[in-house]
Amino acid sequence: MFTAKKTRLALAAAILSGVTLVAAGCASGDPLAPETDAPAAGGETIVIGSQAYYSNEIIAEIYAQALENGGFEVSRDAFNSGQRDAYIPALEAGEITLFPEYSGNLLQFFDPETTVRASDEVYAALPSALPEGLSVLDQSTATDQDSYTVTAAFAEENSLVTIGDLANVSTPLTLGGPPELAERPYGPTGLLETYGVPVAFSPTADTTVEALLADTIQVANVYTADPRIQTDDLVVLEDPEGLILASNVVPVVSGELPDGAAEIINAISAALTPEGLVSLNVQSTVDQESTPDIAQAWLEDNGLL
Amino acid sequence: MNLIGDAIAWIFSGNPGAGLAPIPVALAQHLMFTFVSVLIAALIAVPSGWLIGHTGKGRDIAVAISGAARAIPSFGLLILLFLVLGVLRTGEAAIITFVLLAIPSILAGAYTGFEAIDRKVIDAAQSMGMTQWQILWRVEVPLGLSLLIAGLRSATLQVVATVTIAAYINLGGLGQYILAGIPLRRFDIVLGGALLVAALALVLDGVFALLQRASLPAGVHAAQSEHHPASKKSASARTAATAAS
Amino acid sequence: MNWVADNLDLIWELSLVHVRQSLIAIVLGFVVSLPLGWLAWRYRAARGGILTVTGLLYTIPSLALLPILPVLLGTPIFSEVNLILALTIYAIALMVRSVADGLGSVDPAVRLSATALGYSTRRRFWAVDLPLAGPVILAGLRVTAVSTIALATVGALIGVTNLGYLFTNGSQRRIIPEVFAGIIAVVVIALVVDGLLIAAGRVLMPWSRAQRRRQRRAALPLEVRVA
Repeated sequence: MFTAKKTRLALAAAILSGVTLVAAGCASGDPLAPETDAPAAGGETIVIGSQAYYSNEIIAEIYAQALENGGFEVSRDAFNSGQRDAYIPALEAGEITLFPEYSGNLLQFFDPETTVRASDEVYAALPSALPEGLSVLDQSTATDQDSYTVTAAFAEENSLVTIGDLANVSTPLTLGGPPELAERPYGPTGLLETYGVPVAFSPTADTTVEALLADTIQVANVYTADPRIQTDDLVVLEDPEGLILASNVVPVVSGELPDGAAEIINAISAALTPEGLVSLNVQSTVDQESTPDIAQAWLEDNGLL
Repeated sequence: MNLIGDAIAWIFSGNPGAGLAPIPVALAQHLMFTFVSVLIAALIAVPSGWLIGHTGKGRDIAVAISGAARAIPSFGLLILLFLVLGVLRTGEAAIITFVLLAIPSILAGAYTGFEAIDRKVIDAAQSMGMTQWQILWRVEVPLGLSLLIAGLRSATLQVVATVTIAAYINLGGLGQYILAGIPLRRFDIVLGGALLVAALALVLDGVFALLQRASLPAGVHAAQSEHHPASKKSASARTAATAAS
Repeated sequence: MNWVADNLDLIWELSLVHVRQSLIAIVLGFVVSLPLGWLAWRYRAARGGILTVTGLLYTIPSLALLPILPVLLGTPIFSEVNLILALTIYAIALMVRSVADGLGSVDPAVRLSATALGYSTRRRFWAVDLPLAGPVILAGLRVTAVSTIALATVGALIGVTNLGYLFTNGSQRRIIPEVFAGIIAVVVIALVVDGLLIAAGRVLMPWSRAQRRRQRRAALPLEVRVA
């Protein structure tokens, strides 16, 4: 007998299976999923990861498009993987194959006590600092390292060219930057010891540049690839004593890349310049272009696509 | 557990480290933002809710607002207002967000408090010759107080949770430890911050629970005891009443 | 807005992930809360304990629960599993009360007549108690679903990608339409799911139409977690 109850049950079963199918179907094919399962059988798919940082994502996308153009299978599942604590274990486990990193910060992650500062020395120190299975390809000239930056107006008022010139400023100085800067050797303690500049510290994180412009901090730790150095007319103070750790863009590889892939990546690293990286970031923040579009345009402009 | 031990050690170490504010300062910030926001929201929502509950008009709009507001992600609203108003006005952007998030719960608490009152009681008051104002202040407000406090309780916890997240835009508060601890690679700070936030929420919840219990008039409490058969009251009003006892 | 038009595929991809994460938490929460709610309703002694524990868990803000869960359960903190687990816990906490109250709202006279007709306790539960408790449970489920979908965005703070990515990414790049698009997407998904649940309720519980007319005067539950 076809009762109302049976109709209901049938409908309930249909809805439930529909929901399950949708949920299962949504499980694949998203470009930004942070969790990676074991790589595809045979390991031929190159799993590229990126940080939760739009600039890093652009570089990763450049790698991805160039490799795809070179005939390789690429997975973007590991994009937007957050902090190093989240993705380094995945790299070590081989779940992520390729990751655009920054030489100095990466070195410091594995060797917090490191004393090398200059770009070449940092790059040379990396292979021994990295754990088994991880290696680096050629580094780029493009940097995204810490810097001590002031507004153009402040620099003019106080005739600031190098970091050491800050010692001549009569008013009390507050330094702003990411929270971890407080503990870094080139942070407030380094400023005092190396340049004789005493500063108070305010962990301004993502609001650092605005805080600098608003004069709630006078000196800011701004990453050298930050587009606002250009757009907001900021002055990066020179570092003659080599206090700040150099940090160039460098690809990290877990295990081995398929033949030919490394050449493609090295060509990208060679073509990427400091100004080029800043301009990529400007396209993202000021022009609000999408990451894939920016990556494609850059590859085409540099004859790599 | 080692991790919890580390976290507790950090809490009591006296110096959070890494340029972070001392815990009492962060706690005070957290409470200040919560208190100010809930107060402003209450100033807006309580009279409105009472008006709706007393007159019975405008109820559908209120229910619609409460329902739709639930769907708004507070994190997104916070970032939106922060970008729109600029970093110089982080505090204002944050408070506007908190107030907007608190209003629906308080509004609902105010008018359901009135609605849960048995109509017979209002009729009795009217037949006794009370004016509308007297009914409002002597009958409806005291009887509706328990549900209003339930609404305030819900709103406060919501704001506490959002103030925690507001550390992302450098607002201070206890959330700064959770968010700063991650790049610092100090899980003891992350967990310590989390435990502090959890403790704050539980304490505030407990305070409100006591207030709710205390605000239920003795006569009403007796009437709602287990042996009273489930009446024509709506299930949710009964839920709210159970929550109040 | 130009940004939205240019990035529709990104918004769509993120929405799919978001829906998947939320659905898992909602369905799991619902399924687990049924037996728990039944326990709380059936055994007075258990009721206080269950409701207290779930109430306490619900009180803990999400950003605080996310680091605490890995310590208790060993899940990695920055993982999707962790986020879904936290969302499920909140869903259970919200729904247990609804299930218990829903079962409690069934007219005892109806239950007695079912027993008089010869229904065994178990059959009575599935044929009488649960269906009649349906409207209240559905109301709770709707609130839970909407709340979960909004809350899932917090995952962005622990690096879990879903629509919350639009908030952190938009904040980094200072792109207001991106953040706004994220908010709208979340709200739309929540309202659509809410609508689907209402429709499902109408189909599965046709007898409740009369009840619904009466219950239109009823207020929605107060407690909701959106952060």
